[in-house]
Amino acid sequence: MEKASIIIFFVFAAAAVLSALNILLQRNPLYSALSLIVTLLSLSALYLTLHAEFIAVIQIVVYAGAIMVLFIFVIMLLNVPAAQPQIEKQKGLRYLAIPFAGILIAETFYVVLSIGKRSMPSVPAGTEAQAVGTTWSIGTSLFTDYLLPFEVTSVLILMAVVGAMVLARREGD
Amino acid sequence: MPSLESIEISRLWTLASIDRANLRTSWIMVNYVPVLLILILAIGMATVILVLSRFAARNRPTREKLLPYECGVEPVGTSRERQSVRFYLVAMAFLLFDIEAVFLIPWAVVFRGVLESETYRNLKWVFYGEMMVFMVVLFVGLVYVWRKGILEWNR
Amino acid sequence: MTNILVEWVIKTVVILLILVTAVAYLTFLERKVMGWIQLRVGPNRVGPWGLLQPLADGLKMIFKEDIIPSQSNQWLYILAPALSLVPALMTFIVIPYGSEITLFGRTIELHVTRMNVGLLYIFALTSVGVYGIVLAGWSSNNKYSLMGGLRSSAQMISYELALGLSIVSVLLYSGSLDLVEIVNKQSGWLGHTGWNVFRFPLMFVFIIFYIASLAETNRTPFDLPEADSELVAGYHTEYSSMKFVMFQMAEYLNLITSSSIATALFLGGWNGPFVGRLPILGPVYFATKALVLIFTAMWIRYTVPRFRYDQLMRFGWTTMLPVAIINIIITATVIVLFP
Repeated sequence: MEKASIIIFFVFAAAAVLSALNILLQRNPLYSALSLIVTLLSLSALYLTLHAEFIAVIQIVVYAGAIMVLFIFVIMLLNVPAAQPQIEKQKGLRYLAIPFAGILIAETFYVVLSIGKRSMPSVPAGTEAQAVGTTWSIGTSLFTDYLLPFEVTSVLILMAVVGAMVLARREGD
Repeated sequence: MPSLESIEISRLWTLASIDRANLRTSWIMVNYVPVLLILILAIGMATVILVLSRFAARNRPTREKLLPYECGVEPVGTSRERQSVRFYLVAMAFLLFDIEAVFLIPWAVVFRGVLESETYRNLKWVFYGEMMVFMVVLFVGLVYVWRKGILEWNR
Repeated sequence: MTNILVEWVIKTVVILLILVTAVAYLTFLERKVMGWIQLRVGPNRVGPWGLLQPLADGLKMIFKEDIIPSQSNQWLYILAPALSLVPALMTFIVIPYGSEITLFGRTIELHVTRMNVGLLYIFALTSVGVYGIVLAGWSSNNKYSLMGGLRSSAQMISYELALGLSIVSVLLYSGSLDLVEIVNKQSGWLGHTGWNVFRFPLMFVFIIFYIASLAETNRTPFDLPEADSELVAGYHTEYSSMKFVMFQMAEYLNLITSSSIATALFLGGWNGPFVGRLPILGPVYFATKALVLIFTAMWIRYTVPRFRYDQLMRFGWTTMLPVAIINIIITATVIVLFP
């Protein structure tokens, strides 16, 4: 049982990392979008290994099913061409990027290595750790502990609707 | 005074119940393995169908067969012309209302349980009212989209 | 562990075989129904009463030439029908076809697997199914395909909202996303009074769900982006031979899926008279109800004229969506006031 879960984890983690790399390495933006979809599906599988089934399925419904459809529509509407190789204008930036990348990697290592050592403030004492991603716990905590963020989210969505419609429409269209 | 054996047994029992809890939830996740199974089988079926046509069918391409179909005449213009921005607006509206549906689903699933459970019984009307507020706000968004003519597709 | 694995494999293979046969014979049923409604006999030459017609059609399609347009995006062109077919096939593992039967001394539950979020899983697969169409339209390098693909996928996502929101009304009553449990809760007296469709607000929700599922699967009257005489067959213009067959299979599979979900959610699934005593009746009832819904879809196809695309989109956003939302409000109010 343990071995199977380790194998599954590594398979989906590798799929996620490889498809994420593929996003960067593809010239055609549509292929990058498809690689992003594969990344999101692998992440969803990883959520399943963490017993968060509701989050896993919602990830597919919202992220891979709605947001990526939006991305693909935009790529198709704008007819974004495949990226052409360009001549680098400012060569000095390349040498500036290396220390910054090093700082980012060092930060990531620091965060990952200190996971076991600090206390996590999020999960309140007394709840089962396995019950975090389930529908019941999300439903009840959404309306008891996290009520204000929930209502603010509705206003946020309204803002997004109005904003998108205003920005994308030209007058007289 | 509890003997060493009983302490040992109780510790083992605790370990076993933790293990059983882990095992129980792992067995719930085991329910998702058939998804992988049918994914592999369905991809296999699709591959077999594609390969079947590659081998069984004739392959005599001519210039006319390979052109894009345009009711029998030579194609005019490029095929990747700019499309209307309405598709973007529909996709954006779909995304936002999909998020609303995502919030509605856990609410709906726990709604009846909340009405009948002991801990949350006083919050009955709160539960109901909160979601009504949420839906009214989003209904306002829908009415806005409607009145602004985004949903009109007359060309 | 191996016992369960073998059980899964056998159930999945059986379901896939049944599905492939069902899709083939649905094409036949469609042509027969079309014939009867149009006061003629459908295909009846190829076997006894024309029953071997799907075999003949299948063989013909295998031997047709597989043309890949020259300027098309080859990788996407071949991927798109698979992207349409695979999610359509994957939905059938969470649908309960019966309660449980005892075979060879083992109790076999008549569903492949049971997920806590079964209904959302189906919703997720429907969302992924949009990609096959939009990528098919794009990769064909044909402006009609692109327009048809974009329109078809815009229609699908618009009606997906109404579909999802009508599911929410059912969830308010059943309290679980698990299809097995939703069906179990619908067993009333003699197996037919507990059906969800007999509860007050859910009878209207059933109609919304059914119409939304017709639009979602691109069936008439909502099939403007892909109908044969409009937009030159839309997103599958440039597809020939087996890839076209995959699109048609995906369409019929989606029809079977929506009918199966509708029977599981609203018509009580496998519940019916005397199911407790004779569990084998469960799948029979389920199949009968699903076939009634499929027949109704075909009946509607040959009776009602097509919607124009702007009428279709307007209907989806200004009628279906508000009605679904109002239904949720009414259902929640009914539950709160009359527990």
